[in-house]
Amino acid sequence: MSYETRERLSLSLRYALLILIAAIFIFPILFMVMSSLKPDLQLLRDSASLRAFLPVGDISLNNYADAFERVPIARFAFNSVFTTAVSVGASILLNSMAAFSFAFLQWRGKAFVLSLIIATFIVPFEVVAIPMLLIANNLPWIGPQGIEIGWLNSYHVQIIPFIADSLGIFLFYQYFRDLPDELVEAARIDGASIWQIYARIIMPIAGPILATAAILKFLIMWNAYLWPLMTIRSEELRPIMVGLQYFFQLNIAWGEIMAYLSMVTIPVLIFYLALQRAFIESIATSGIKG
Amino acid sequence: MISAATARKNAPLWVRLLLPRDAPLYQRNDAIMGWLMALPALVILTVFLVIPFLMAFVISFTNQRLISPNPAEWVGLRNFERLLTIRTFTLEPERDESGAYVYDGGSLSYPRLREFTRNNPDYPELDGLREFTSWQSDDNRTVILVGDVVFLRALINTLIFAAVIAPLQGGLALLLALLLNQALPFINVFRSIYFAPVVVSMVVVSLLWRFIYDGHNGLLNTILGIISFGSFQPVDWLGNPYTALPAIMAMSVWQAVGFHMVIWLAGLQTIPASLYEAAGLDGAGAFQKFRYVTWPGLRNTAVLVLIVITIQAMGLFVQVDVMTRGGPLDATQSVVFQAVQRGYDKQDIAEGAAISVILFVIVFTIAMVQRYITREKN
Amino acid sequence: MKKAVSLLIVVIMLVTFSGLASAQTELSLWYHGAGNEIERSILIGIIDDFNASQSDYTVALEEFPQGSYNSSIVAAALAGDLPDIIDVDGPVMPGWAWAGYMAPLNLSEGALDDFLPGAIGSWNGEVYSVGLWDAAVAIYARRSDLEANDIRIPTLDDPWTGDEFDGILETLQATGEFEYAFDVGMAWAGEWYNYAFAPFLQSFGGDLIDRSTYLSAEGVLNGDAGIAFGEWWQSLFERGLAPGTSQDGADRETGFIDGRYALQWNGNWAAITALDALGDDALFLPAPDFGNGSTIGAASWQFGISSSSKNKEGANAFIEFAIQDEYLAAFSDGIGLIPSTSGAAAISEYYSEGGLLEVFFELSNRQALVRPVTPGYATMGLIVEKVFADIANGADVQDTLDAAVDEIEQDIEDNGGYGFEM
Repeated sequence: MSYETRERLSLSLRYALLILIAAIFIFPILFMVMSSLKPDLQLLRDSASLRAFLPVGDISLNNYADAFERVPIARFAFNSVFTTAVSVGASILLNSMAAFSFAFLQWRGKAFVLSLIIATFIVPFEVVAIPMLLIANNLPWIGPQGIEIGWLNSYHVQIIPFIADSLGIFLFYQYFRDLPDELVEAARIDGASIWQIYARIIMPIAGPILATAAILKFLIMWNAYLWPLMTIRSEELRPIMVGLQYFFQLNIAWGEIMAYLSMVTIPVLIFYLALQRAFIESIATSGIKG
Repeated sequence: MISAATARKNAPLWVRLLLPRDAPLYQRNDAIMGWLMALPALVILTVFLVIPFLMAFVISFTNQRLISPNPAEWVGLRNFERLLTIRTFTLEPERDESGAYVYDGGSLSYPRLREFTRNNPDYPELDGLREFTSWQSDDNRTVILVGDVVFLRALINTLIFAAVIAPLQGGLALLLALLLNQALPFINVFRSIYFAPVVVSMVVVSLLWRFIYDGHNGLLNTILGIISFGSFQPVDWLGNPYTALPAIMAMSVWQAVGFHMVIWLAGLQTIPASLYEAAGLDGAGAFQKFRYVTWPGLRNTAVLVLIVITIQAMGLFVQVDVMTRGGPLDATQSVVFQAVQRGYDKQDIAEGAAISVILFVIVFTIAMVQRYITREKN
Repeated sequence: MKKAVSLLIVVIMLVTFSGLASAQTELSLWYHGAGNEIERSILIGIIDDFNASQSDYTVALEEFPQGSYNSSIVAAALAGDLPDIIDVDGPVMPGWAWAGYMAPLNLSEGALDDFLPGAIGSWNGEVYSVGLWDAAVAIYARRSDLEANDIRIPTLDDPWTGDEFDGILETLQATGEFEYAFDVGMAWAGEWYNYAFAPFLQSFGGDLIDRSTYLSAEGVLNGDAGIAFGEWWQSLFERGLAPGTSQDGADRETGFIDGRYALQWNGNWAAITALDALGDDALFLPAPDFGNGSTIGAASWQFGISSSSKNKEGANAFIEFAIQDEYLAAFSDGIGLIPSTSGAAAISEYYSEGGLLEVFFELSNRQALVRPVTPGYATMGLIVEKVFADIANGADVQDTLDAAVDEIEQDIEDNGGYGFEM
């Protein structure tokens, strides 16, 4: 076998493997999208066979139209995009600043605070939700009528509790620790201020981890469910995942659920694709690969 | 010229409080900026995580209810005692009037446990306890009695879940990352596909997989049937106590492996290409490159991935809530599911809080041990 | 830019002064039906009629999705932020009343005379809530299958006995035509278990709790009747007569219609689908009598008044307005549920004489037994829900019932008797 043949064979094997794995990852999602095109009874019957993956039978976009009628999707989507965008932006700033401080600056109590942060990472949200609700209900906020007590039923109650999180800090911290110390030392010798080092030197090369942290926060905010349920009572302020509950009536509208799920999932995939491209390019040109 | 120590002593108190104990004064700028930069995140975490958790901690020593006109009272360790009581008890075989053992179809016959654990004034310490497991020792049967069978099962299930998920998911994620970390056309397409499940909310994933795991005509049974040309016997994946937890594990790995793959990829990309080139010049093969270049370069990433997966696994909740609600026969109970079910649904917020505290202690211990084991050895 | 600023000022002024502009008192109403277009339009119709009928109050509607409605209410109560008029699920009401979230209704004399018993929510001698409809459960069957196997069609006065019913299941299973003889709906994990299965237990002579004291379950849940029920229940699954807890939602919804299940235990809300698919062949049969009469669950969503409401008078007026027959009938026609009064049934489409679902009204009227009326129900219900699941999955019947009794009694004790004299 010539070298070229062997190379070609290995290449096709690699692609075969890649495609096989891709199939495993894609099949439930394919099932979801295909189901969204079918009427309820057919959907449920097809779910027992490979027809579940095929656009066969009575195919239409009716479920999408019905879903739009049932749920104020545009409003919910706006709320989710707004709360998610603000949270992602703010959390990247706050978390990376804290991580920068932990990784590069010396101050008293740092070790203690760092272990405290890791400890908070351990607390699942579900178990502190009720105390959190009580706290949020007693916090002050400056509204149109001056200082008000209670954050419930607002955008900020959906955003502010989540703009710092220990996992985000931890991600940045681990990444920063791997960066060569000379980067910072050289900048210090050049007389750069600490803020300049953070903003001009470290953050520009934080591409991959920034993307990871952004995606992570995006997912948490986009999928927010329990907290908005507890804190939001006006329909105008509800986020997109709460809308899923609108379909679980006495008669469950499976086709509409699948349509709704497809609609809430696809934007996230697009967000991921966009980020991935941007950051993979940024790291390729940042020169860190040396 | 004054000494560094004197300069430090003369500085205002607040500066000294911020400075590390033996740091010279000229580093005060670092210390002040360090505090300022960490402060916003710390305030948020304190108000929305630390204080709520401390509240939960306090509540766990009371009999606070979610909905009740009765005022809360201190009950000391009652909630923890109920959750954690464990006793052994020995059952002797039944004897007839002459004192000989009674046999029931060839095997020894034992009295029913409920005769000891329910309203038996001779055994007040056993009242309300339930059998967790038992075994035969000589003619007697030794029984482990516990105060809260469901919680103990939940704890054990959760530990098993984490112990399986952490290496499995971390390892698979690394394999995928290595597979994708090559310059092939369309590699980004595959990367996105592998990541796709991550962006689907766990609630949604769990709903979809209920269809897939259906015991009668679910997609998984259908596909396995086709692959094996019909010789595969359908399995009731979520209905069988032996397959339910593994089924949830498989789905959880499927959903989350893409996320850790991305973390590995980010780590891989920090390894300079020059190192590989140098290793290649030294005649290193693919495995040696991994062993001596890739793996050492992924140290911190490995620690991160391991800790993140473990902690997330210990928080197992949504899958159980949507797919099995702890069943069948408690095979999929999890600690957080029990905390939520008791705290919210059964409105016993004090017991839910006690479970949270126990979970916190366990996970904190695991995380510290992991950090100790994976610490950098100098 | 200037335009935007002036627009902003106008908006702020509108927001600030809108509260002062109206002389009417606003009553807030929270409803569990978000996502159901028909319910929304009927309810809005009632609200509009009410707002137009008098000049003191206007009702403002806020809708929540049903699945998470109780969490929303509890969160609001913890935050001290309840609406004037609350929509509450029947069995949950005593808990909210006991906790002080709700105030007793103050309707005019005789307003509830014609109501189905299950639609009136009382606790502690007071009426706290009233439902615009109720639901009922029946055995769905195909006339053709029963006739082909020489099975008697039961009536309300002469239902199948327990043994007869068991024999019928064996017969149907033995035909080999069906995957399962009897689908009880294990896919619907949750409150369905108690609502739908506790009546079997009650028909055997057991119950979740001793209703004379509401303090003890010993001998009631785990007595001879409870054990007899448990063993029968377990045998349904052991003998392969019924699909178990892992049944998926798809099978639940299509299994009977597609003929894979011979009989199905299902609520009246699914009846229209069955009628559409099977036409005249569809039968809705009363629950079997296991010795202590046939029973089905009762009580659905109901309206009540929050104790923190500053306008209880207005809230009462709205509820009294909403329970007129024409509205009950409108809800029934819209979503297929049973109207709460015979007057409304008579003018409704499905439940009037000769209507397609008429049988359900009588079922509800004659067999309905409300779930235990105690604030402890929220916890008790979950404990017993697990009992139904565990026994179906093969757990030891006696031990499972004992453990449930202990847990129920412990909870009652922890809560100081839930308001009952200990």
